[in-house]
Amino acid sequence: MSQTDWPLYEVFIRSRNGLSHKHAGSLHATDAKMALENARDVYTRRAEGTSIWVVPSAAITASDPADKEAFFEPTADKIYRHPTFYEVPDEVENM
Amino acid sequence: MYTQSLNENAAGDGPSGEDPKALERFQARIDRDEKIEPNDWMPAAYRKTLVRQISQHAHSEVIGMQPEGNWLSRSPTLKRKAVVMAKIQDEAGHGLYLYSAAETLGVARSELYDQLLSGQAKYSSIFNYPSLNWADVGAIGWLVDGAAIMNQIPLCRCSYGPYARAMIRICKEESFHQRQGYELISTMANGNSAQKQMAQDALNRWWWPALMMFGPSDKDSAHSGLSMKWKIKRFTNDELRQKFIDATVPQADYIGLKMPDVDLKWNEAEGHYDYGEIDWDEFKRVLNGNGPCNVQRMKVRTEAQENGAWVREAAAAHAEKQRRRTLAAAE
Repeated sequence: MSQTDWPLYEVFIRSRNGLSHKHAGSLHATDAKMALENARDVYTRRAEGTSIWVVPSAAITASDPADKEAFFEPTADKIYRHPTFYEVPDEVENM
Repeated sequence: MYTQSLNENAAGDGPSGEDPKALERFQARIDRDEKIEPNDWMPAAYRKTLVRQISQHAHSEVIGMQPEGNWLSRSPTLKRKAVVMAKIQDEAGHGLYLYSAAETLGVARSELYDQLLSGQAKYSSIFNYPSLNWADVGAIGWLVDGAAIMNQIPLCRCSYGPYARAMIRICKEESFHQRQGYELISTMANGNSAQKQMAQDALNRWWWPALMMFGPSDKDSAHSGLSMKWKIKRFTNDELRQKFIDATVPQADYIGLKMPDVDLKWNEAEGHYDYGEIDWDEFKRVLNGNGPCNVQRMKVRTEAQENGAWVREAAAAHAEKQRRRTLAAAE
């Protein structure tokens, strides 16, 4: 790796116990340990994190926005997956 | 703002040679207030103007560490030193958020650094002024960060997702920057007569440069059209400048300081402050490299880059060594 060519890492932070990790941004580092420490210094100066994940950006596979419609098409029209599709009489409680 | 010289070229880079249907779809998304994300289709000019704007913003944050860095070791109390240190660290962090955002548009960070160090890229003109004494640290926080906040809040709603999200993060942190500056200069304004004079003098030197941060007058910035159409820019330069003046004059009144503008006057009919003519020659000079500190700012940045080379080399060598060891152990 050259001096100017450090790998890119994506940073995910769990801000509080009980929440999931959320993408916060990215940074360059020579290895995972440096990435973790840099992520702490860049993204959690005000105790915004209880846990950090750093992932090499190259390891992430993303869906292609250009294919978005086709890729998600099967998910759009199955309204019977939603509770509102079903009629429950008013007299029936707890459902 | 930190992007004040950008719009000059945006119109020249207008859409051309691109599928008109794709351009229409893109504009429709913008008009619906949808966010554009890194791998979405976008006009080449949109990408180009954002790379320039975001990277210039990032450069400004990093160069902006210097005026206050100058006073870090001479802060009058431990509390003030810790506060200034925290602010400077924030500025570095803001630069890093913005470099990350710029990279999502397909430019390498090393290329952005090269553009700054070669003088090809600009940064906000405000940082080419010197911090002459401790009162300047207060004036910078109060006025420079105050002006930055005025610009950055609308940017939180800009159409490009990574830039908008970086701005949200930055705005949360920027607020303390302004407050610590105002508190600092209030303390001096309420001090003995020498301290009060220092505070007034700092205001006298920083007021007009802070107003110039908002960029040329609307009548002289014909090229903001595309930036506004693409919802990168949400308010005009004059609109933001007026907002800043209206907000800041009462803050000065409260601590008994006066803006160095004989034409500054509340206009009851308009509900705004009228203000004097800005010296646009000074603005152009400073922007084009002839301000008081342009040479020094670049020299310090270049030295930091050179002096840090051994750290970068060592880090890369160490990582490589560890990588080989792991591979060898696995065999």
